[in-house]
Amino acid sequence: MARLNANNLTVAQEILSRYPVPRSALIPLLHLAQEQDGYVAEDAMAHIAELVGVTPAEVMGTCSFYEMLKREPVGQYMVNICNGISCHLLGSSDLIHHAEATLGVRPGGTTDDGKITLEAVECIAACTEAPCLQVNYRYRNQVTADDFDQLVDDLRAGTAGVAPHGQLAKVRQHIGDDRRAGVSPPDGQGEPAWMARNPSDNGDGS
Amino acid sequence: MSENETVVNITVNGKPVQAEPGEWVIAAAERAGVYIPHFCYHPRMNSVGMCRMCIVDIDTGRGPALQPSCMVAVSEGMVVDTTSEQTRKAQDGVLEFLLLNHPLDCPVCDKGGECPLQDQTMAYGPGESRFVEEKRHFEKPIPVNDFVYLDRERCILCDRCTRFADEVAGDPLITFQDRGDQTQVNTFPELPFSSYFSGNTVQICPVGALTAVPYRFKARPWDLTEVESTYPNPMGDRVVVQASRDQVLRYQGVDSDAVNWGWLTDKDRFSFEATASELRLQTPLIRGTPLGRPDPGGSELVETTWRQALTQAADAIKAAVADKGPQSVAVLGGARLTNEDQYTWARLAKAVIGTDNVDAQLDDGLPADAVLGLPRATINRACTPGGTVILLAPDPKEEQGTLYLRLRHAVVNDGVQLIEITPRATGLSHLAAHGLHHRPGEAAAVAAALVGGDIDSGPDGDIGGVPSADVAAAAAALADRADQPITVILGRPSLAESADFTLDAVAELARFANLLNAGGRPGIAFLPALHRGNVLGALDMGLAPGLLPGRTTLADGGRSLAESWGSVPSAPGAGTRDILKAAAEGRIDVLILLGADPLGDFPNSEQAEEALSQVGTIIASDLFLNPSAGRAHVVFPAAGFAERRGTHTNLEGRVTVQRQIITPPGTARADWAIATELARQLGADFGLGSPEEVWEEIAAVAPSHRGLSIEAIDASDDGVVVADSSIAFTPPESSASAPPTDAYSLRLVSARRMYDRGTLVQHTGSLAGLAPAAVLSVNPYDFSRVGVETGTDVKVISNVGEMDMPVVADPGVPRGTAAFGYNHPDLDVRDLVDPNAAVTDLRIQTR
Repeated sequence: MARLNANNLTVAQEILSRYPVPRSALIPLLHLAQEQDGYVAEDAMAHIAELVGVTPAEVMGTCSFYEMLKREPVGQYMVNICNGISCHLLGSSDLIHHAEATLGVRPGGTTDDGKITLEAVECIAACTEAPCLQVNYRYRNQVTADDFDQLVDDLRAGTAGVAPHGQLAKVRQHIGDDRRAGVSPPDGQGEPAWMARNPSDNGDGS
Repeated sequence: MSENETVVNITVNGKPVQAEPGEWVIAAAERAGVYIPHFCYHPRMNSVGMCRMCIVDIDTGRGPALQPSCMVAVSEGMVVDTTSEQTRKAQDGVLEFLLLNHPLDCPVCDKGGECPLQDQTMAYGPGESRFVEEKRHFEKPIPVNDFVYLDRERCILCDRCTRFADEVAGDPLITFQDRGDQTQVNTFPELPFSSYFSGNTVQICPVGALTAVPYRFKARPWDLTEVESTYPNPMGDRVVVQASRDQVLRYQGVDSDAVNWGWLTDKDRFSFEATASELRLQTPLIRGTPLGRPDPGGSELVETTWRQALTQAADAIKAAVADKGPQSVAVLGGARLTNEDQYTWARLAKAVIGTDNVDAQLDDGLPADAVLGLPRATINRACTPGGTVILLAPDPKEEQGTLYLRLRHAVVNDGVQLIEITPRATGLSHLAAHGLHHRPGEAAAVAAALVGGDIDSGPDGDIGGVPSADVAAAAAALADRADQPITVILGRPSLAESADFTLDAVAELARFANLLNAGGRPGIAFLPALHRGNVLGALDMGLAPGLLPGRTTLADGGRSLAESWGSVPSAPGAGTRDILKAAAEGRIDVLILLGADPLGDFPNSEQAEEALSQVGTIIASDLFLNPSAGRAHVVFPAAGFAERRGTHTNLEGRVTVQRQIITPPGTARADWAIATELARQLGADFGLGSPEEVWEEIAAVAPSHRGLSIEAIDASDDGVVVADSSIAFTPPESSASAPPTDAYSLRLVSARRMYDRGTLVQHTGSLAGLAPAAVLSVNPYDFSRVGVETGTDVKVISNVGEMDMPVVADPGVPRGTAAFGYNHPDLDVRDLVDPNAAVTDLRIQTR
């Protein structure tokens, strides 16, 4: 649980190569660190600071601003039950009580097996599907207590089809060498190579 | 738009105001005498519109609307109303919001009484709060570094400290963390706000969230008396000295446009603790027995009267002059004194005693002609937008902190291009347009190629260790901006090599300056970055061999000064190195030390030791009993900064006043008075009764200062820059050359660090522990060749000594070079440096 491992360091270098200014890669790299450890460890922040050329305090400033970047270990699955007004009217409080009883933790807590972290969150913008929840940011709609129990069983059995916390996509995107921006200083930098790839594209959408 | 582009006409509270284009409304209003309350706005930093306190009614033709005046630039015809009902209500509301979470612990808060939040709540705020909920809570003050405590409950999130850290100091080690109502300022865990400039955040904090450990709970603002003064460092930083009950409690920076912009380094800001040190000298001391009985050959220093001490000193001087002539008396130091002190000592030495063996620099600076004989720049000139700065000096971040801040601002914000000719990377290197980091001792070749345009690379395709393509690029960049001001920051980049190398490089630049300056362009000027407080004043006042007060030489100004002084030495005397050599050979009978510590500071510690043991009588005038003063036969306790009046000269030649606010400890006296008394004992009456009278005499006899009255200096906030000089720079007759390097050795670079073993730092409790541990830094390439773990102790061997120290990799050190601090408290680099050799080569042996 620490700095980026050798594999991820290679990925990090590729991410860095997409941006003309290294510090633009800060948030993607924080996601990478979260994918590696399930949360963003302090050592990882310090490592990212080295990679993008800012101080660890600046990385901490950015990291702590975003709710989805966890700075403490969380379970493999984050279950965020919506407690917004629509969900509340359609019984999300009961669902949260049920979840507490089922999992044996309060919102914010993680089950003893380290599998599930329960959170009660504000509106997640799926009011038509209330009460709803997210598992690692994937929606489950119109959730009943039974649905919830089934979900927990599936998560514990590993059959829910949800990637572990931190993993953003099943397929990692790669870019060709010719599309890399290269790292150049912010002032007076040349255009990234890809900008000039299509001579007919003069940037005004025509 | 107005027809006249240089003025924007606006109306503030019904009064017409002429503003500058692009000026913020808040600044224009303030210049016109209308104060708009604010917390986050700071004229030396970017506006962020964080606190909303400065919202006022601004009408740009579409009716009045509330806008933050720190984020809106003036426009023609703008009407600003800072007193409208709408504005008043908004200010009231903003203050109520700011006070939601602000604790009411003003009675135990350092800021109470001088707190903008307190003051503005009284002036503009609501009488009571409607907020009945629980305020947010944080752990009460947490240290963010050794000096600064952070109380997050008091913080109103104005972004001043974090902006300062990022924009001004370039050390963004404190940031906003978390979000919304949990937002807080903090460091990264276990990574303190280790900036040389952290104390400034305390000064600019508009609430009591940041407090300084050395000042915490020491005084209430209404108990303090204050005077504006000049901090005795080579920058001449403008400060306010605040004291209570005859004790200095705080220095605050003063925003002097020409000098320090209100900033101070932590070293200077917190050094006030040293004035009240228990180790300050309080009474004159002479040699005596362990029981306190005076005895010229005694092993101890015992307390005595001024009369006794002065008599003994005068007798020793008289005897030496009678016995071996005036040249057997020598004076070292004086760089920490005021101009008046320096002038009086110079007159005593040169006119009364008749010796020219006087030197304020301890062989670790540059000859006077390189400082006074070249076109002199000002700090503002160096920072002219679009100009070029050539750094041929030690790291300004370590030695001239506020100069570093000014240069940093100029490079980052004003497009000044920085070209470094230094033997290693500095605190500015990451901002430098061209970092020409050469092999020690080869600066002249780089300078010649840079200004001569003759890129004749050596066998390895390099010039002095710098790839010739880099030098060519820098030369092209310099030529490109040759019609803009070029300023050379000039100092001794490394004390492990002979000063001749720097002088050769200066000669190259000076030759170019002559060519360039003749063409009607701004040309090249020089800003001397020397070590020690008022060293520039010392040179101006003649505390150097061959020099007389007023930037003139014995040969040029001797005759005219002899009319006022009676006599001047007939021939130029010796500098520190030769004085100590003569002393070691028994040719110096009396050595006068003016706040100087040759044992601790002179690059050749062995010779200093030998000299001090040979001299018949050592007379010291000092604040503390430093190692050299401890060997003295007569010690005069001197008054220090804030304990005496006088003037100070900074690196620009700017003369500013220093004021007294406390009484000196015990019977300590100002140096001008000590010198005057000693002169009287020697039969000369200077007729000087106050520092003002001394200045009057300086203005009468010193050619460069002629007619400059103390009132004129005092009347200007920024003092007066003395520009005249009749001294000419004499380039070295032959250029020095460094011996070739071999593949097994590393060539040593040694420069000072900010926190060192110096007297001031070591007598300031808050600073004493901050000196970094001694390490040998080498390039990662060389480090990998050594083949040890980072921080492993290795044996470092030179041709004169060896010592054990940890070695670390540092990409800022060029290949083939090793860097080691000059003034570490634990290891003394002088044990490795052969003072007579041109450069020092080291070998590393693993154990």
